[in-house]
Amino acid sequence: MIDPHLHHVPRLGRHPSRVRLHGTPVITVMLGSLLTSLPIIAQSPIMPPFGLLLLLSWRLLRPELWRAWVGLPLGLFDDMVSGQPIGSAMFLWTVTLIGIDAIEYRLVWRSYRQDWLIATLAVIVCATGGWFFARITGGGSVRFSLVLPQMLWTILLFPFVVRQCARIDRWRVMA
Amino acid sequence: MARPPSRRPGINRRAQYSLFASYVVAVTGAAVGLLLVVIAIFDPTGFSALRIAAAEATRPVSVTLKSMVSGVSSVDEVLAAYWRAGSQNVALRRQVEADRNRIIEAKAVAQENIRLKKLLKLVDADSSQVLTARLIASSSSSARRFARLNAGSWQGVRQGMPVRAPEGLVGRIHITTPNSSDVLLLTDTSNIVPVRRASDNIPAISTGLGDGSVEIRALTAGRNPFKPGDLLVTSGIGGVYQPNIPVAVVVRAQGEIAYGVPLANPARVDAVVVERIF
Repeated sequence: MIDPHLHHVPRLGRHPSRVRLHGTPVITVMLGSLLTSLPIIAQSPIMPPFGLLLLLSWRLLRPELWRAWVGLPLGLFDDMVSGQPIGSAMFLWTVTLIGIDAIEYRLVWRSYRQDWLIATLAVIVCATGGWFFARITGGGSVRFSLVLPQMLWTILLFPFVVRQCARIDRWRVMA
Repeated sequence: MARPPSRRPGINRRAQYSLFASYVVAVTGAAVGLLLVVIAIFDPTGFSALRIAAAEATRPVSVTLKSMVSGVSSVDEVLAAYWRAGSQNVALRRQVEADRNRIIEAKAVAQENIRLKKLLKLVDADSSQVLTARLIASSSSSARRFARLNAGSWQGVRQGMPVRAPEGLVGRIHITTPNSSDVLLLTDTSNIVPVRRASDNIPAISTGLGDGSVEIRALTAGRNPFKPGDLLVTSGIGGVYQPNIPVAVVVRAQGEIAYGVPLANPARVDAVVVERIF
């Protein structure tokens, strides 16, 4: 072993399979959504929405990977396992992706800090929207302060998640 | 990093159309999503068929993980118990001696009760219990408070059935799927339970606050009758819950509202009991 970082260097003339190229991001986002089936009986919304975090990470890391409609199937899956009303993440994630497209079209120069800022806005929109949808679909008077801590550490967790995404991405593109 | 070129299709007509079509699909889909939410306003348990597949698929994972970690959640209690083992031992001994007398009294009272009931020809038909199961997961990233129960309609669980633990009330069944069901926890903001004070029958209503506590409003006029330490049990009014299931203990009274903490912590209870609708 010369350098552990060279472990995944592609062999000459070989390409990763299509399943690996296109399936990996989708599967990681779905696994992120599925973290709610861990045996934690939460008394308040403590768990960050990992599905959303992974979606944002992939979108900002690899802008060419997905079109905006990918938020529909992934959001629907998230709704099925998260306990939110069906259609909630479906709507919010897609609108967020369209919004990111719009922002990106106007930004000339984009780096890590701008990515984090975009992700912050996206998390605020999705958490607020999720809270509002939970409230109007029979949730009664859910206080907004209930989702604030979750929002905060979701934003703080973004750099870590995007790093892990980049690590998976390196494995993904190298056969 | 400069803007990636992929979002600008250039003069390629096909790429332009493809990009435009993708936005049409996305916007239409988002509108459909919004429509589904609007439907959920009027029918919160609708589309539960969609959840069935997900719930059934994730159940084995949750059950396996649950059996692995069930000891972990009480580790802090065990450590705390070691920390003050000596003084606790003395206190517990005194408690046991005090309780022994009470148990003897209670046995006598129970016997007297049976005798009096026989005199009155009252018959207790207490076959209310459906089954015992475990809570295996919860909606930990959502603002709503649902927990998933490892038993469903094939085991006889029906929508609306009360769920309780030995310590007290946990919630009621919200949606059932063949092998699992969603429990609307006592602390969910839409879960309203009619309660009464155990000592003197003052009626009240308990509503969840979504953060692990409940809000208690007395149904009597005048000033707030509750004070910290009051024990609340279900009153049995309105159906659903059997009377005299312990619900919560009041921790703070503020203005017309009292705040309470549920006696059964769903994260701690080992198994829960599903009961028939009263």
